Amino acid sequence: MHYDIVIIGGGPAGLAAALASKEHGADRVLIVERDKELGGILNQCIHNGFGLHTFGEELTGPEYAARYIKKVKEAGIPYLLNTMVIDISCRDMGSDRKAGSSGFEISLMNRTDGLFQIEAGAVILAMGCRERPRGALNIPGYRPAGIYSAGTAQHFVNVEGRMPGKEVVILGSGDIGLIMARRMTLEGATVKVVAELMPYSGGLKRNIVQCLDDFGIPLKLSHTVVDIDGKERVKGVTLAKVDEHLKPIPGTEEYIPCDTLLLSVGLIPENELSMKLGVTLSPVTSGPVVDESLETNIPGVFACGNVLHVHDLVDYVSREAMTAGENAAAYMKGELKHDGKQIEIKPDYGVRYTVPSFLDPHRMPEELTVRFRVSESFSQVKLCVYYDDVLIKATKKRIMAPGEMEKIKLKKAELSKYHDLKQIRIAIEREGA
Amino acid sequence: MEKKEMICICCPLGCRLITVVEDDNISVTGNSCPRGKTYAITELTDPRRIVTSTVRVRSCDAPVVSVKTKEGVPKHKMQECIRELAVIELQAPVYAGEVVKENIAGTGIAVVATKDIA
Amino acid sequence: MYDVIIIGAGVTGSAVARELMRYDRKVAVLEKGLDVCEGTSKANSGIVHAGFDATPGSLKAKLNVEGSRRMEELSKELDFPYKRNGSLVLCFPEEGKDKLRVLYEKGIENGVQSLQILTGEEARILEPNLSKSVVAALYAPTGGIVCPFGLTIALAENACVNGAEFFFDTEVTAIEKKEGSYFIHSTKGIFESRIVINAAGVYADKLHNMVSEKKMTLIPRRGEYCLFDKQAGKFVSKTIFQLPTEYGKGVLVTPTVHGNLLLGPTAEDIDDKEGQFTTESGLAEIMRKAALSVDKLPPMRQVITSFAGLRAHEAMDDFIIEEVEDAKGFIDVAGIESPGLTCAPAIGAFVAELVNNIAPGNKKANYISRRTGVKSMASASREEQMDLIRSNPAYANVICRCEMVTEGEILDAIHRPLGARTLDGVKRRTRAGMGRCQAGFCTPKTMEILSREWKMDLNAIVKSGKDAYVLTGYNKQSMEREG
Repeated sequence: MHYDIVIIGGGPAGLAAALASKEHGADRVLIVERDKELGGILNQCIHNGFGLHTFGEELTGPEYAARYIKKVKEAGIPYLLNTMVIDISCRDMGSDRKAGSSGFEISLMNRTDGLFQIEAGAVILAMGCRERPRGALNIPGYRPAGIYSAGTAQHFVNVEGRMPGKEVVILGSGDIGLIMARRMTLEGATVKVVAELMPYSGGLKRNIVQCLDDFGIPLKLSHTVVDIDGKERVKGVTLAKVDEHLKPIPGTEEYIPCDTLLLSVGLIPENELSMKLGVTLSPVTSGPVVDESLETNIPGVFACGNVLHVHDLVDYVSREAMTAGENAAAYMKGELKHDGKQIEIKPDYGVRYTVPSFLDPHRMPEELTVRFRVSESFSQVKLCVYYDDVLIKATKKRIMAPGEMEKIKLKKAELSKYHDLKQIRIAIEREGA
Repeated sequence: MEKKEMICICCPLGCRLITVVEDDNISVTGNSCPRGKTYAITELTDPRRIVTSTVRVRSCDAPVVSVKTKEGVPKHKMQECIRELAVIELQAPVYAGEVVKENIAGTGIAVVATKDIA
Repeated sequence: MYDVIIIGAGVTGSAVARELMRYDRKVAVLEKGLDVCEGTSKANSGIVHAGFDATPGSLKAKLNVEGSRRMEELSKELDFPYKRNGSLVLCFPEEGKDKLRVLYEKGIENGVQSLQILTGEEARILEPNLSKSVVAALYAPTGGIVCPFGLTIALAENACVNGAEFFFDTEVTAIEKKEGSYFIHSTKGIFESRIVINAAGVYADKLHNMVSEKKMTLIPRRGEYCLFDKQAGKFVSKTIFQLPTEYGKGVLVTPTVHGNLLLGPTAEDIDDKEGQFTTESGLAEIMRKAALSVDKLPPMRQVITSFAGLRAHEAMDDFIIEEVEDAKGFIDVAGIESPGLTCAPAIGAFVAELVNNIAPGNKKANYISRRTGVKSMASASREEQMDLIRSNPAYANVICRCEMVTEGEILDAIHRPLGARTLDGVKRRTRAGMGRCQAGFCTPKTMEILSREWKMDLNAIVKSGKDAYVLTGYNKQSMEREG
């Protein structure tokens, strides 16, 4: 079976990308989803706060997903469920896996059809991300039952209707940890404390208030878990304060009896398939390096959503995915050619990374959104954009935090005035600097 | 006179608001914009929260369905809402938007399903 | 009444059971855990030692070389992962090459084949990532790596198929010596047997002391490990040792037979026989010592998990495999620390011989010597994958995406002899949950399968032991009772 565009992942990114590619003229589009339904992680995000930017309403995760699923069905876009992509390679390059201008061969597997191959002219990577486990943090102690990543706990509570614990300690104050603090409490558990390694919380203020303050759950900043007790099931954890180098301070240990430890300690884009293709990944985001069209180093392979970089707002995921879908369709129509000119988009002081990492000034849209995250919390600073060494724009920012994705817009008309432009630099500068 | 501190959640600034209630007057300081003032007053006088939860379903597809209150319920009624949902068991099929319980905890607000369950 | 009762279903107990079942005997294995391989057997280096390290003339030396020799054939007979990747013992300038020479001589005396001493340069040609300070190395091509769970489970399954009875959740509380037999009191009742094999790991001293006046003491010697993602799996191809100290073989840098990178173990004598937890200092020590062997370790963010195991260390530094003098019919198989895993096949044969001397038996006519393990989709060829799917579509349903383990494999793991009943049981038989997300994705799915196949509620499923419950109840359950 041959398809113009195969989208790997039927979550919010995959759904929006599929719709956009169809709307922009792609003929045969297919979504491949490993779960039993479309919607991705939104299916277990039963809290609200989604869609304010997209629909002007606050929806729950499943409701946001349903809007897109309805559109996908109305557009007649086919999708495979319970289907895992187990291999992907560029066609006709043998085992070298070099750039696939002849399209891609995808191996899939599901119970009904067994193991089978399909071909795609272009591929959109939308596989989302996974959670960092306890082992990645090397937290010392026993290895009992009762240690879960916040997402796994969320699945148990919201999809299976089961509680993973009764007396809970949560490590990590990112949004998932905060949301689960509320969730567990509402379903009858006691959340004793949320510990956060950094001196600030990674989550939205709204979640601090509505998930912790509302329930009297204490938040301990600059704290981490240094030991896990309990041979078969968690019996307790030991918290300790950390210093400015994030190292535990001896003497500050505190034992907290509990039967559950939830970990909300980082999301990692799920790029196993991307690696099989030979897609270049960014060591900072662990997601593919992409250009202004969200195309990776392999022509015809695009990326969007959490697999590209971890997002905070699903609305931005949908927008980013629409760009990927639109460009994949253009690619299939032969309208997305490189002329070789590339301008580097460089994250400078205070900026951890940007997506995209570079742009083709002829290919870019009239207005290109560059998304980025700052590397630490800033207040009263200037967001500066340089074209080579010339300061183009300095915007006053009262507050910027790593947990809130930011964006700037670059105008094609502006850029075309600078013929020899090599680099666009984004930096955070202090007032008066 | 009663003084209270709270963090505004309207935007990432997270202004530290200080409210002072004297007789029937509420004064708000620390806000950088009018939204903060509105938020503080609402939080003091009538704080409301949308409650999202799960309700048991008899279905081959899933054991629970996600639900939400259609509007914010008074904050102090959250636990009572949950207790009322605890005793409900629905029969599939359930449709997103369908009312699962009218007038939850006497608030006049309905709880609806947020997902289709076959 | 049983002919032989084995206490402990680790690699030692399972190996003995397997060899005993070549004869017509009534044999039972009592295990306090819910599955085989729950003790030291699941938390070790997985190395099949060449045998140059053991003291010549010791039981360790004799059984090591024999075990190392037998392992390859056994891995084909019983279908568990094994690879003869070779070992290198590194020598640094300050240590003196004569120490290396001593090991070499010991190896020759013990009967180890093909040992060579290499220069630092030659070693680095074999292993480009070795530290530049290495001046010489002992190369033992016969060294290997094995899956410790695969080996243990294969031995136990084979023993079971040949008639050995396994009793789980059965902890021995007292042993009474009677005329011609032993009464073993356990949490699941009293068992009677003519002969008892004490293969109880770190608790072997406790059991020995129930029947003998000459007391035994085993010291739990903790070893901590750090496991890296398969991305670091090709960092080294051979098992890299440092020169041994009085505490043991030191911190290794080794590939595992499944393609991960393993660092460790430390060696720390502790009091607690249940002290198999990792420590901050232990993990730091692993990284510090491992870093000496190589130029630069892979980045820490590639660590996927760490764990600890307890060695049953005996002060005289050798195995105790003998009939107890003042308890005839009671055979200790104690102090089985490194190279215990390697020796298992040889220990099995050795103890079976001891038993034959005490109570000869008839060779079984229909002994089943071969066993097929769980067929892995991930390591199968395209044709083999299609065949498996044709035999059962469940082989096309991926459950563990990190290790590409399918429902078909998990069903096999559950329905075979001594089938998995716990999450760890599934994990050790299929690798589901051993990948980089450490079971974050597959746990709910594996639980669903266990629940369905064993007809037990999700809430009853445990990770490993009886008290290792995964779930605590239903949503709002505590409220319903109040309301």
